[in-house]
Amino acid sequence: MADRFPSPFDIPTPEGAEGWQDLYAYSSLFSEDRREYEDSMFWFQDGVHWPQVLTPWDATFFEFAITSLSQYNTRHLLVPPANGIDYRILNGYAYLTPVPAPEAEIGARVEQFMQRAGHYFMNWNDLYDKWMVKIRDLVAEMEALHIEPLPEVEDFEAVVASGKGSGSGYALIDAYYRLLSSALKLWQFHFEFLNLGYAAYLDFFGFCKQVFPNIPDLAIAKMVAGVDVDLFRPDDELKRLARMARDTGIGDAFVAGNVEATSENLKATEAGRAWIASFQESAEPWFNFSNGSGFYHTDKIWIENVEIPFDFIGNYINLLNEGGDLARPVAAIHAERDRIVNEYTDLLNSDDEREAFAGKLGLARVVFPYVENHNFYVEHWSHSVLWRKMRGLGQIFADAGFIAEANDIFYLQRHEVPDALFDLYASWATPAPARGPKYWPAKVADRKRIVAALKSAKPTPALGVPPEVVTEPFTVMLWGITSDSVAAWLGGGASGEGGIKGFAASPGVAEGPARVIFSADQINEIQQGEILVAPLTAPSWAPIFGKIGATVTDTGGMMSHAAIVCREYGLPAVTGTGFATSNIKTGQRIRVDGSNGTVTILED
Amino acid sequence: MSSTITWFESYWAGIKHEMGGKAASLGEMTGAGLPVPPGFGISTTAYRRTALEADLDQQLAHHLNGMDINDTDDVSRRCSAIRDIIRTMPMPAEVEQAIRAGYLELSARSGVTDVPVAVRSSATSEDSPDASFAGEHDTYLWVRGGDAVVDAVRRCWASLFTDRATCYRVEMGYEHRTVEMCVVVQKMVRPKSAGVAFTLNPTDGDRSQIAIDSAWGFGEGVVSGEITPDNFLIDKVVREIGRRVVSVKECEFALTDHDTVEKRPLDAERASAPSLTDDEIKGIAALARTAEKHYGCPQDIEWAVDADLPEGQNIILLQARPETVWSKKAPAASSVATSGDFMSSIVSTLMSPLYSRSSADGTEASS
Repeated sequence: MADRFPSPFDIPTPEGAEGWQDLYAYSSLFSEDRREYEDSMFWFQDGVHWPQVLTPWDATFFEFAITSLSQYNTRHLLVPPANGIDYRILNGYAYLTPVPAPEAEIGARVEQFMQRAGHYFMNWNDLYDKWMVKIRDLVAEMEALHIEPLPEVEDFEAVVASGKGSGSGYALIDAYYRLLSSALKLWQFHFEFLNLGYAAYLDFFGFCKQVFPNIPDLAIAKMVAGVDVDLFRPDDELKRLARMARDTGIGDAFVAGNVEATSENLKATEAGRAWIASFQESAEPWFNFSNGSGFYHTDKIWIENVEIPFDFIGNYINLLNEGGDLARPVAAIHAERDRIVNEYTDLLNSDDEREAFAGKLGLARVVFPYVENHNFYVEHWSHSVLWRKMRGLGQIFADAGFIAEANDIFYLQRHEVPDALFDLYASWATPAPARGPKYWPAKVADRKRIVAALKSAKPTPALGVPPEVVTEPFTVMLWGITSDSVAAWLGGGASGEGGIKGFAASPGVAEGPARVIFSADQINEIQQGEILVAPLTAPSWAPIFGKIGATVTDTGGMMSHAAIVCREYGLPAVTGTGFATSNIKTGQRIRVDGSNGTVTILED
Repeated sequence: MSSTITWFESYWAGIKHEMGGKAASLGEMTGAGLPVPPGFGISTTAYRRTALEADLDQQLAHHLNGMDINDTDDVSRRCSAIRDIIRTMPMPAEVEQAIRAGYLELSARSGVTDVPVAVRSSATSEDSPDASFAGEHDTYLWVRGGDAVVDAVRRCWASLFTDRATCYRVEMGYEHRTVEMCVVVQKMVRPKSAGVAFTLNPTDGDRSQIAIDSAWGFGEGVVSGEITPDNFLIDKVVREIGRRVVSVKECEFALTDHDTVEKRPLDAERASAPSLTDDEIKGIAALARTAEKHYGCPQDIEWAVDADLPEGQNIILLQARPETVWSKKAPAASSVATSGDFMSSIVSTLMSPLYSRSSADGTEASS
């Protein structure tokens, strides 16, 4: 077995992708200028959040997110052993490296960390209440961004008579800058609590491992997990709407199978109109829900793709008609959680231990709702708004002939957009021909060709020199990178004796035919009783969880969204297998043991 | 007055005085969810009614008056005569029928005609005079058939009048006619597999786990170490089997035609087959956990899976005693884990390399 991964400088460019570096910011690339540093680090591909090739603009959220995370570790909280996470883009894929704090500084950081983190823990609920206000205000600001085509002539009342003194071109450019600024602010908010949430969780986790050396990670997760969290609201709303449709006798409207026909059917009746009104009420905000991680402009958002929630609702109505029960096993999960806590409490050796256990569990439970809920507010709701606004801007460019269609805007880097906007603005102001329509279409076409070539090559999972033991807590918790996964990557992912190992993320054993899918667009292919095998899953896939027997993912740890959602739905899951989508083929019979973290191919 | 026989599962504290120590303890264990081999106690009332009808007191007086406890030949002759009387005295029909019916029922429950049983004497209470001779009272193993059971019950009764017990009562001034005895009839366990279980992980003292050693047949080979057993590690709380090591068990301890246990070689296929199913493993773990809760401290138990009893009732507790190795050690973790305020704890958590997965799952599992 090799003792290091290939150097980032030895990774070849996929055929046809030459010049891919022009798609990304110069600072996000590996380069000779920083080679010594870059070659000394361990880089892993972040398949949990960015499993696919990034288009140029989509790199924005990647860069904003990782930098905000780092900033909280190093400048706000001074997490003693961990500096931030450095990032690069290689062949279009996102790579990360955890940066440890210098050994000599750790001691001095402890006191600062205790004061700063301590303040958050002591005032958690107040600060979290404030966060909820801040995030909703921010969403409102983003919604209010005025991105409209430039008018032939400025409005007399609003601009001229009012003495406004500035025009629509300026406003449009300003709106784009404010969109970027909101996005960065959003990611600042995202990490205000997250690292601390994980720290408290890890403290409880560490205590449990000390007193019960063999306690399954899963049991610890179950003790902390919330039962009613906002992340599950979208699916609960679908179920509510399915019940409403059936109870008011309009369930048949969904038999039509397409949105237009179903909508026509619904509009024809009083009950149908009431249902539509109720749907619209649920949709804001709950259907600002992406069918992916929320990090790609290609992810589909329910509210913009009504066929997705309609399909799910139609399936739920069918289930109800067959006498099925849509309820998540909330009471059972609650009871199981209490049972586990009581049993461990009972097994502790002293009252001191019991007190410490209760205290740490209590803190973990205070902080954990944030860990579970932020995903809806940031990656789903806020990103949905941002993608929508960006598509609005894309449409303006498309109408001006800069690009062929709205989504082409995501083939511009974020700092190229203001240049294009200024070109558009100048040509509108003068008026005179803009260069954009001659400049961008060819460039975008070229970049699309490059992205397609990059997509055809799988990313190398890791680069550089692996640490002897992976101990950095966030790396383990968030990305599921462990000493074992590093060893498995070094071994090249050969699965001995048909066995695949990962995290025992949600308990139970299931057998069935595999369905390997690579993107959310394929989730309709999933048949009743199949086992879902995917690079990763999104919380918004929950509506198909009633159909499938178990879930297997390539990436993610105990606390990845796939793991959290599967536990909530009582569905066996093995996450972070590394290679499941390469080693398993659709139709193969597999056994998933979510309690032991193993997947076995039974027959072809 | 109580009924002649009481099944272990119907036992309650109010009838303890009629059941004797052994029967009471079997009844208590059954009630606590600790499944001992099934059976019933024959109450002291049965003995008293039989004695009364046979006018035993009169005969005791006749045979024992003037006995010289220093004259061993005399004692032996007199006691032997009394034991003969007890073994042959007429048994009231209801008493005999109750015993036979109980035995038939036990056979039916076991799915075996004339199921082999143990018939044991059970002294009435700890502080009664005959308690001192509990060891001397008789036990009959592998008893088969109603006639043999009834005979063994009489023999147990007769064992009240062993030479030593009789002399002891004379010495202490106890009345012979007040002594009485309960008898236990209990299915002989015929193990498909058997072994031991610890209610903690014997390698690191982790109390959230149960370790089971198991082999085919009787448990002797596991206890003595003559057989390398299968080993299973079960999580108490999550109730999953975390580790399974299936060994090559070259032999088993099995019952001979003469009701003795002997070591026999196993064919290769059976030798390397797991000696327990997953359901059995979980059943044994549940039993061990119940024992631990019942006795309030980690336990070291002996168990068997009975070949006759129906599934769900076939896991039998043979013995439970406190675990002694880890229970004496102070848990190493406590000092660090419970010390200081929560912030120092969080800091030390962030700085300690606890989170590599190999430390979480155990390396054995993947090897």
